[in-house]
Parts: sequence; C-alpha cells; structure tokens
Amino acid sequence: MPGILAQYLPDAALQLAYLIAGILFIQGLRDMTHPRTATRGNQISAAGMFLAVVVTALWFDILSPLVLAAALLIGGGIGAWLAVTVETTEMPQLVGLFNGFGGGASALVAGAELIDTFNGASVATLPVSLTATAAIAGIIGSVTFWGSLVAAGKLHGLVGDSPVSTNVGHAIKVLFLGAAVVAGLILVIQPETLGDSPIASWIPSYWVLVAAASILGIFLVVPIGGADMPVVIALLNSYSGLAAATTGFVLGNTALIIAGTLVGASGLILTVIMCESMNRSLTNVLFGGLGGDDGESEDMEDIYEGSIQETSPEEVVMLLETADRVVVVPGYGMAVAQAQHAVAELVELLDEHGVDVEFGIHPVAGRMPGHMNALLAEADVPYDKMRELEEVNPTFSQTDVAIVCGANDVVNPRANEDDGSPISGMPVLNVAEANTVIVNKRSLSPGFSGIPNPLFARDNTSMLFGDAKESMQDLVNDYKEATN
Amino acid sequence: MATELSAFVTNLTLFVLAAFVGYEIITKIPTNLHTPLMSGANAISGITLLGSVVVAGAGSTTLATVLGFLAVVMATINVVGGYLVSHFMLDQFRGGGN
Repeated sequence: MPGILAQYLPDAALQLAYLIAGILFIQGLRDMTHPRTATRGNQISAAGMFLAVVVTALWFDILSPLVLAAALLIGGGIGAWLAVTVETTEMPQLVGLFNGFGGGASALVAGAELIDTFNGASVATLPVSLTATAAIAGIIGSVTFWGSLVAAGKLHGLVGDSPVSTNVGHAIKVLFLGAAVVAGLILVIQPETLGDSPIASWIPSYWVLVAAASILGIFLVVPIGGADMPVVIALLNSYSGLAAATTGFVLGNTALIIAGTLVGASGLILTVIMCESMNRSLTNVLFGGLGGDDGESEDMEDIYEGSIQETSPEEVVMLLETADRVVVVPGYGMAVAQAQHAVAELVELLDEHGVDVEFGIHPVAGRMPGHMNALLAEADVPYDKMRELEEVNPTFSQTDVAIVCGANDVVNPRANEDDGSPISGMPVLNVAEANTVIVNKRSLSPGFSGIPNPLFARDNTSMLFGDAKESMQDLVNDYKEATN
Repeated sequence: MATELSAFVTNLTLFVLAAFVGYEIITKIPTNLHTPLMSGANAISGITLLGSVVVAGAGSTTLATVLGFLAVVMATINVVGGYLVSHFMLDQFRGGGN
C-alpha cells in the first residue's frame, strides 16, 4: 500500500515536488552570491530540503513510521546539538564530519536498495543500471565517509597532521582501489552467481567493495598535511555530492541527482580554486606529500643570522599612530590562538582614528576555504574590509604598515622566485612592498612548506614575537593609551 | 531494457544540466562566503536522506531496515547540522560591521 499522498495524487505529483525542491536549491545557491541575501538563500535551500523530505515520507509506504520518526529525531537532535555547541575554531572539523555522514548515508542507501531489489526479484534480474550505479555510490560514499572522518580527526588534533609520502602508502591505495573496482565489476557482471551462495541476500561483493573503499578513503587522507586541508575538505565536499547524485541514479530519484550534482560542482570549483591558490595540481596535493622530505635542507641561520629585528607592542603602536594605511594579513596562527576578536578590535580602533585599514586574505590561509573570512565575520568585521589577494596586492606599495598575524607561507616572497622551492609559483601576498612589515609569530619556525621565510630578515620587517591573541590585545591596549 | 536505458539517459540529462547550472552559480560566489557555501552545500548533499527514508521505511528485510535507519540518522545529522552551521555563520556576516 502506498503512502497517504500517493493514494490521492497522480504519480507526477512526486516528480513535481522534487522539481520545486530543485528550484529552491538553485535559488538558494544564487542568493549565496551576496552576503546580504545569503542568509535567505540558506533558508530557501533548507525549505527545499524540508519539502522534499516531507513529501517523500508521505508518498512512500512507510511500514514502521515510529522507527523512521525515531531516526529523524535522533539525527536532527545530534546535528542541532553539534551545530549549536561547536566553537568557531572547531568549525572546519565539524564541516568535515557532516560531510562524511552524508557520504556514508549514500553508501548505506545504495546497499539497502540492492538488498531490497534482490529480495523482491529473482537473482538474475538485477539490472546493470542498478548494480553499476550502486557500485559507484558505494565507492564514493565510503571514501567520503572515512576520508572525512580522518580529515576531521586531523583538524581536531586526534590524528597526526604532518605530511607523509611513501611508496608503501601509494601501493596500498592502488591495491584497495583495485579491490573495490573488481568487487564492483563482480557485482555488475554476474549477480546470478551470488544466488548460489547462502549469504546471497547480503550482496557480499557490495560489502567487500565498501570495505575496500573505506580502507582506500583512510589511506588517501592520512598522508595529507594540515595546510592542504582546504583542498581535501573541498574535495570531500564534492564527493559527498557525487555520492548523493549516483545514489539518485540507483533509486531513479531526480531530487538526489539535481541536488547531489549541484554540490559536486560546488565542491569541485572550490577544490580547483584552492589548488590554483597554491600553484599545485590536485594530484600533487593528494599524493605529493609536500615538505615531508627535506631535500635541500637549508640553513635557516644563514638567512636569519643577524638580520632579524625584534620589536615591541609600544614601537608598533608608534608606527600605527602615524600610519595612513594599514593592511592586516591573518593566517592559521590567528585561528589557533583565537585572536580574531583582538585583531578585529584593533582594526576597528584604527578605523575610528581615520586610518584606511583592511584585511588581505589569502585563499588557502587556514584549514578550509574561506576560513579567515568566517572567523573575522564572527568577530564582527564588516565583509567589505576583507580583501582578496588580487585586490590587495597592488595596494601594498601605498601601505604604511602591514601586520602579518600568524601567517607564514602565504607571505613568503620566495614563492615569486622560480627556484624550485615547494611554494615556488604560488600566488602570495606581497607584504614586503609595504613601508614597514610587522610579523607576529611565536617563533621563527618555518611554515608548512618547511622552508625559511626571507621576509623575516628584510630591512623593513620587524618581528613581534608572541602568542597572536596576547600580542594583538597588547597592541589594542597600547593604542588606546596612546590615542587617549 | 530499452526503458531502463532511456530512464538512465533522462537521469544523465539532469546530471549534466545540473552540473552546468552549479558551475555557473558557484563561480559567482565571493571568497568571503566560501565557508558558509561549503557547509550549506554540505547540507544539500544530505538530500540522500530521501533515499534513506524510502529504504528505512520499506522494511522488506531487517538488514535493509537497519541500514536505512543508520542512513536516516547520518543524513539527518548532515542536513540539520549543515543548515544550522551555515545559518549561524551567515548571521555573523550580515551583522558584521555597522
């Protein structure tokens, strides 16, 4: 017996509801193109999701509505609780985690659908369009689930985040990818042979495929270093969409195909933007293991010896008092120290005193696309103060003071030189063109690339050593004192 | 077989067109909004919840029901958490400044 809606409405009504949901998703994304309309866009998209879920639940025959309601309540409760309680600094891992759940659900649905179809029909009638798409959904979904868990673990500090690149690691990936593909082929070409097996209703090769893809997902992400996480998170985002889209092919569900593909495209575009911002190919990010082996172990002391000038908050404030234009360049160090509120306060103070002050934000600063922007928005920084690399770079020559807060590789001038260093060719913020550069860092330790930063040794650079939050707070206090 | 194939091609059409639409819209989204975009898109990928609801509710075998139950829980976490996180983040963008 079909569900309530299906008894009274023609078949096309379900498709029509899915079409409306699809329109709402697209309109929601369109509204995301501007900060003013973005909140509404998110709500429109959520409304589309709500419509699609309610119509689906009322359309199909639900044998155990209580079980379904329980699952929805549990999932909704956990999701809401996580979203409400999360600290801003933990946002990247939470986004990664949610991502994984979507991918995992897709893999489970494809498996359950196989079992269902298998039970209702004779063995040999599983159509190729079902088995093939289920195999793809299983592989992408499992890789997404486990890859996201590992990525979230790395971002949360539960899994080591230093990059590793070993031949054994590559061999393991190839091996398990091969195993997953073979299991998928077995599923596609000979479902009838499974009929003789006593555990046939488990569709065993599907679960072999899921297991192999799970191990593949783990080994894909484990060797990737922390600073490459923006790429990985974006890519896994894309995968979770593709997993949903392929599950849509399995179920013949148009809403899944449209919505999943939109997400797949979105994640892919972000991935490409992140890779271009590092001047690296996706292959290199996924398999390169940047900075792991120190081929040309350079002597940092040669570069830094005798050329490092240290400064104090008082001296920096004196500079700021006479400055007409200041650019602040935030990096992952600001996120770690949770210094965004102090930085925002400093910028607001400068702004009040008529200083032309802006943020210069590198696309891969932080651990996920737009990470710095999200943190600064949390600290009430107006979005028109956040400038992209292309916008801000031409202005450094007219900038009196550039304050680098917890950033390193994204301001390393060596990227502009074609010297074969790991960051060679990467677009960077040319802060050295400013009159004075203040670098706030805890020490001279190298960034993720493992190479020294000649910026620190330049004549117009002064180092403000210390924790980002404390240093910025000192600047705020001293500036207040000096200007009152 | 013929109907299966044409259904597949219909789905493929949707896939390709949606990919183009997605590309056109998302390339216009400013870097500022990339994090909320990602978590919002993330929530949309929880659309797999529809499939989870159907297989969890169909209950043809215990195993499929259990898998469906797990899938519904996971997908709902994805959907609810994803939309809420982007909502909170976007609120901050709107309230930013004066």
